[in-house]
Amino acid sequence: MSKIELTLKIWRQAKSDAPGRLQTYASGPISTDMSFLEMLDVLNERLTREGEEPVAFDHDCREGICGMCGAVVNGHPHGPEKETTLCQLHMRHFKDGDTLVIEPFRAKAYKIEKDLVVDRSSLDKMIISGGFVSVNTGGAPDANGIPIPQKNAEEAMDAAACIGCGACVAACPNASAMLFVAAKVSHLALLPQGQPEQARRALDMVREMDALGFGNCSNERECEAACPKGISIRNIARLNREFLKAAIFSDED
Amino acid sequence: MGLIGSLYRSSVGKKSIMAASGLLLSLFLLTHMLGNSVSFLGRNAFNTYAERLHSLGVLVYIFEIGLLTLFLIHIITGIILYLENLQARPARYSVNTSEGGRSWGSRTMPYTGVIILIFIIVHLMNFHFTDKSVPVADLVRELLSSPSLAFFYIFSLVALALHLSHGFWSLFQSIGFNHEKYNPLLMKGALVFSILMGTVFILIPVLTLVSRSFLL
Ligand code: HEM
Ligand code: FES
Repeated sequence: MSKIELTLKIWRQAKSDAPGRLQTYASGPISTDMSFLEMLDVLNERLTREGEEPVAFDHDCREGICGMCGAVVNGHPHGPEKETTLCQLHMRHFKDGDTLVIEPFRAKAYKIEKDLVVDRSSLDKMIISGGFVSVNTGGAPDANGIPIPQKNAEEAMDAAACIGCGACVAACPNASAMLFVAAKVSHLALLPQGQPEQARRALDMVREMDALGFGNCSNERECEAACPKGISIRNIARLNREFLKAAIFSDED
Repeated sequence: MGLIGSLYRSSVGKKSIMAASGLLLSLFLLTHMLGNSVSFLGRNAFNTYAERLHSLGVLVYIFEIGLLTLFLIHIITGIILYLENLQARPARYSVNTSEGGRSWGSRTMPYTGVIILIFIIVHLMNFHFTDKSVPVADLVRELLSSPSLAFFYIFSLVALALHLSHGFWSLFQSIGFNHEKYNPLLMKGALVFSILMGTVFILIPVLTLVSRSFLL
């Protein structure tokens, strides 16, 4: 087990409306087998012992599936490794003596609660606005009762891989939430169950996204490259298609 | 106006307007490029081409109004998008890096746009709001033999090529066309299109500067 020592520059902000700043810490010896969040745990134990306020950060499952964790490391949401959440990022990817600048996800539609903890409930609001299907309760439907082409099932599954971490917004130069919205609209537009509310969903989710203050998509492709689940911008093209189809041809407004 | 209004009220709608105006402007650029390449056939051919074009009379007028409208739509929508995008992240990051998605073209869209705008104004002053009795070949030689103006043209046309290298792919994505099979082709196509446009347009100031016989 090898050890590395790092210089950490971490964003410290006492509460939402307080000013924040980067504060420098020496990491002390860090095992390369640790995850990034475990490295922060080690730092926090020391800060607590020294009577300092520990660094607040988001986390839950720590296995890359819940979408709770996330911070920007040296400019990269979830750190520099491709298709890896912050909790699954291991310290072996860093070198002894590295300096890591750790900042919260930033966007007008995200609110910093404290240090690296970010309120991303704006993502939930977009789901509430249309990211669902309405079904009647009753007997469980037969599996495979509705035929779905294999390719559609696979593409829907790829879009549904979104864990809602919001790194796409953090990575976008315009703080646009298009990849997030596109993943949900695609997921449901590709499946028969999503058809009845298809036009409504595309219009409502885009309207909610705009109202929440997210930016416009300039097709920079940063979101796709930052997404820990590798969700493709082909989904954004599908969202654009669904939206324009609904705006131009449907009766919905 | 109901549809246009409702498109303007949404981000995706505005981008589709950007894409449609960008596509039409690109098509105009294509015909302009083909027209300009007549200059490579010599002074007489080029002058004749210009005279024939002007003899279309009212059609030219209608076309110019249409083009002006397209430019205004594209520019105003572009400025709105740019300002909205700035507002969407009020607090900046201390470290700014790319994830590898952005290209030179994509990250400079608003700046290359402004360069093109300034260029269009200068270009219209040079060739449109001027003495129309001078044969166009003479006008080109007279103006572009000035190195400073020729370099301004070359610089602006490089900016135009950069704008198109992203724009001509981006417009398809904006209107919802991105197919696994064709997207790589489309990306290369946009690059080829922008390089071709840039090269043909830039050849004119370059040839005027270096060739003793061009358009004479
Ligand atoms: C011959 C001239 C021009 C052509 C052919 C052209 C073409 C295009 C195309 C095809 C796009 C891509 C649209 C999309 O992403 O869907 C675009 C985007 C853009 N253009 Fe132009 N353009 C021209 C002039 C201008 C001018 C004069 C300006 C501004 C002063 C401008 C500003 C922009 C901006 C800011 C974008 C990016 C919009 C965004 O993605 O947020 N363009 N242009
Ligand atoms: S903590 Fe659940 S994805 Fe990272």
